[in-house]
Amino acid sequence: MSKKFADSGRIAPSDITPHRQYLSRRTLLAGGIGLVAAQGLAGVTRRASAQSAGALAFTHNAAFSVTEQPNTYTDITTYNNYYEFGTDKSDPSENAQNFHTRPWNVTIGGEAELTGTFNLEDILKPHPLEERVYRLRCVEAWSMVIPWIGFPLGDLLKRFKPTSKAKFVEFKTLYDPKQMPGQRARVLEWPYVEGLRMDEAMHPLALMAVGLYGKVLPNQNGAPLRLIVPWKYGFKGIKSIVSIKFTERAPRTTWAGSAANEYGFFANVNPEVDHPRWSQATERHIGANAFGPRRPTLPFNGYAAQVAGLYSGMDLRKYY
Amino acid sequence: MWQVRWVLKPIVFLACLIPALHLALGALNAAGLPHVGNVSLGADPVKVMLHTCGRWTLNFLMITLCMTPLRDLTRSLLWLRFRRMFGLFALFYVSLHFTVYLLLDQSGRLDALWQDIVKRPYITIGMLGLLLLIPLGVTSTARAQRRLGRRWIQLHRLIYVIAILGVWHFWWQVKKDIREPLLYACGLTLLLGYRLWKQRNSTARVSAARFARTDGA
Repeated sequence: MSKKFADSGRIAPSDITPHRQYLSRRTLLAGGIGLVAAQGLAGVTRRASAQSAGALAFTHNAAFSVTEQPNTYTDITTYNNYYEFGTDKSDPSENAQNFHTRPWNVTIGGEAELTGTFNLEDILKPHPLEERVYRLRCVEAWSMVIPWIGFPLGDLLKRFKPTSKAKFVEFKTLYDPKQMPGQRARVLEWPYVEGLRMDEAMHPLALMAVGLYGKVLPNQNGAPLRLIVPWKYGFKGIKSIVSIKFTERAPRTTWAGSAANEYGFFANVNPEVDHPRWSQATERHIGANAFGPRRPTLPFNGYAAQVAGLYSGMDLRKYY
Repeated sequence: MWQVRWVLKPIVFLACLIPALHLALGALNAAGLPHVGNVSLGADPVKVMLHTCGRWTLNFLMITLCMTPLRDLTRSLLWLRFRRMFGLFALFYVSLHFTVYLLLDQSGRLDALWQDIVKRPYITIGMLGLLLLIPLGVTSTARAQRRLGRRWIQLHRLIYVIAILGVWHFWWQVKKDIREPLLYACGLTLLLGYRLWKQRNSTARVSAARFARTDGA
């Protein structure tokens, strides 16, 4: 049975940014006028003069955005690790085109006062969308910069009133081998499972994403609902979420379960702790300067000032 | 047979260059330099170049190892006339693989290369395979073959070790999906297994013949 939340009605259909206006704003950002211009424009009321397909209403959150130039839409939507649709980087964009993201239900369970199965519209309704330009660092030692559209994960979790027993949050991806050809091979254990410690999940940087570049999330990027944890390796950002469960113990996450010596539960970006088979000290940045030098990888992917405190006193070599 | 030398061989030679040509065009495109064909290597051209060269190294090692079984199967010596070319293409593609890795992936940093060689087992065995392939390339000429005589055959049996190192390197490098390296491992098992089987058969035949002779005497 579906429970419904009160409609706060904060997303007005008319409150839409035309794609062209959006792109011109991006150009301003690229031009180095930067955040001031972005903030100025964010305050301007947007009129839906030309409603482009899949456009979302959002405000730009400059305080939570990096100033680096984002990768192109093409790079972000054709270079994906999404094993449910194949293990090659180009597989998801080819195999996810007919993936059905509506109707979509998310089951909330475990140690919370409010549990049950909710349809996606009810999950999303109360949350105003914002744009955050985040760094993404893959465990494979490449990186991108992506303008996500979403809302803080903590705001969503609070609505279900987790109890004092809730120490972790476990997320699951849809399991549907008919639609997800990659799941027909046991490359990983399906469904994909990820998790966060409660304090990590409540951190304001943890984002539930529903879009990128101002538009609805393409299927290959984890539509309709995915997690973004910018200070952790990309595989923590579980895609196409159908289940959120509050647990007392750390969930057994997919990659950590498949090779515990290579992938940890925390998976914080850490240049000092190498993957057993390759170095994590540097990264190759995807994008225009494809043949440019590798960049040094930053602790917590550059978000140390905001999140390092979550791990004070922990041996990050042990809890990688 | 002049057709082999002047027609067939040049055609095969040019065909073997196609993957490299494709990568070269894609690299020019990705670097924003003048190019033709508008070949795209995707969002991460360095990785595509690296992996394509690695795959073609393995492909050419496998093709080289196919020549002897094909000779036996078809009872035609034609195959052996291509063996050296394929072996040299394996060396060519592994050299490209290494160059892309060192110059583009690791930005030419020799200290990073050395760190990788000593710390990462899959790089160690890959490097070993590459180094072992060099003497085979150097002694691939007819002159070297004549000069080394029997030792040439012994030296060039290193190709078996090199192929094993190559597939192993690939296996250890993939993150999780081992299906492709597994395919190479199966192919290699067949190709090397065939040689073992042939050797056992021939030794069995020789000893049987010997036994028959002593028996008859």
